[in-house]
Amino acid sequence: MTVLPDADALETALGEAERRGEVAERRRGLLLALPSFAYMVLFFAVPLVIVLVYSFATRTSSGSTALSDWNLEAYRKLGEPIVRNVVIRSVVLALITTVLCLVIAYPFAYFCATRSATVRNLLLVAVMIPFWTNFLVRNYAWRLLLSSGGPISSFTESIGLGPTEILFTKTAVVIGLVYAYLPFMILPLFASIDRLDWRLVEASRDLYASGPASFRKVVLPLTMPGVIAGSILVFVPSMGAYVTPELLGGGKETLLGSYIVTQFLTARNWPVGASLSFVLMAVMLVSTIIYFRAGGKNL
Amino acid sequence: MSLRAVSKHFDDVVAVDSVDLDIGDGEFFALLGPSGCGKTTTLRMIAGLEIPSAGSLKIFGSEVGPLPPNRRPVNTVFQNYALFPHMSVADNVGFGLRMSKTPKADVARRVSEAISLVRMGGMENRRPAQLSGGQQQRVALARALVNRPKVLLLDEPLAALDLKLRQEMQFELKQLQREVGITFVFVTHDQEEALALSDRIGVMDSGRLLQVGTPEEIYDAPVDRFVADFIGRSNFLAGTLEAHDRVCLANGDRVTVPSVADGVVSVGDAVQVSLRPERVMIDRAGAAPEGHASLEGEVATVTFLGNSIVYRVALDWMTIEVETDHRPDLDRHEVGDRVAMWWRDDAIAVVRP
Repeated sequence: MTVLPDADALETALGEAERRGEVAERRRGLLLALPSFAYMVLFFAVPLVIVLVYSFATRTSSGSTALSDWNLEAYRKLGEPIVRNVVIRSVVLALITTVLCLVIAYPFAYFCATRSATVRNLLLVAVMIPFWTNFLVRNYAWRLLLSSGGPISSFTESIGLGPTEILFTKTAVVIGLVYAYLPFMILPLFASIDRLDWRLVEASRDLYASGPASFRKVVLPLTMPGVIAGSILVFVPSMGAYVTPELLGGGKETLLGSYIVTQFLTARNWPVGASLSFVLMAVMLVSTIIYFRAGGKNL
Repeated sequence: MSLRAVSKHFDDVVAVDSVDLDIGDGEFFALLGPSGCGKTTTLRMIAGLEIPSAGSLKIFGSEVGPLPPNRRPVNTVFQNYALFPHMSVADNVGFGLRMSKTPKADVARRVSEAISLVRMGGMENRRPAQLSGGQQQRVALARALVNRPKVLLLDEPLAALDLKLRQEMQFELKQLQREVGITFVFVTHDQEEALALSDRIGVMDSGRLLQVGTPEEIYDAPVDRFVADFIGRSNFLAGTLEAHDRVCLANGDRVTVPSVADGVVSVGDAVQVSLRPERVMIDRAGAAPEGHASLEGEVATVTFLGNSIVYRVALDWMTIEVETDHRPDLDRHEVGDRVAMWWRDDAIAVVRP
């Protein structure tokens, strides 16, 4: 006589097998993530800790850094007017860059998202193309374009506006930064506009909203995640930008990136450079988190 | 509201083909048809979400064809409600009023009236995502009705609800329409819904409006084979119209039919006779009463459905489906039995093939 296993026991056994499968799955996932995890720890977390350690160290009179006498001197230095001015200047410049990127990118992303698949893919590839060229090379290209006697200057001169002197001004820096970070604004905006449910726009039009009103009340609020993500992606690197302000601004006005480099290389004050880097990063990280949290709740 | 020769083309595709339609004030009108028949496009043209390629569209006598949706006295309840996810229930309902610059105090009062009209009181501050399908449906209704449109358009308003809720909402919708007295035009592919709700139905197929009439007219006197087939079930007997009230069937029998209206088919045309399964009487062979058209055949299948029995009776030239009540006083026939079938002359309709 065969004894059939009773239903409860069978169920328990099945549940056990399923659970074991899940555990195995999780273990496999962890294994797959291990290389990238190791990479991040080695090349991101460890250097970060080193920066943090150095920010508490002491600068010796000879300009070297003594890893002893731990103190907060470097952080105290950040409160000095000279640093404050650099920070304010950088924030203003980064804000201008972000707003300009937003104003340029939104209509473009909107246009892209409302085209046929072929056209939008073509346009998006066009957005990515600049990345195929070295960033430094592109900055030098702008230097050429903006230089006195360059194409832009010649053009304004030929139409009777006189030569333009853009290179080595704040304008040149903003142009360079907008150019460099525009794709970071376009892509998240495109993604959020593409996800937009157009029936909601139709509904708003049906409920007496004019075109502009429909944009203000429905399209913009619903694509806000893209606006926020894009703004962060542009604002954060603009704050710490180094190459573009140096090459196009001629280093006339010190911005955060240049200031940090100066602290490390010229002033040989590693603790100050380290503390400033660390504070910059921490502020950015915290504000990003707050921003996303707030955004997540509203949308 | 009146549509005259309204057409809509998308590139080469004709979505709506020269539709003429008048809808009366305060009427509950259904546009019924399978998906892709042009009913939604017609509704969207009335709403202003599509601009007609040709024809004239008037609401209360004024031409609205080319007007954008925000300048028409109509509001729409969208298929998936299209509630604004970033606004509360109250803000959703008040959207139209705010857009039309209604004074603030009026907005608040009318919003709360509309919300209580659809029995959603107490939910004003919820987000659409926190509501069930039926509740979202009600908010969508309130959001449209609060504007007191002259015409309310509903695009498959109940399609996203489960059966039980759908039946409940059907009833509510009908009652709501009586209360507010606004013209309702609704699009559906569900024939039962159309029959149950509407004062009149327009049946569409392939962009054409095939027939307009009351639910009874559409069911009892379809003019087109598609209409008879789409609404309920029917047997179609091929034949030729010999006189305005006589058809010669394909087997040579002559049957009397209700007089055919002019313009539908003319004498001499090939036609089909639509014979509803439940309108056919069935009995033992030879038992058909005198004075009726009758056919004889052999029972091929018997399907028991609880309240009714469906017989498929094989004739030598076609098969006819007959549905009878399941009652003890009616004889039950078995597969292989010879049976006679007959019907009243007014139980059938002549349709365009």
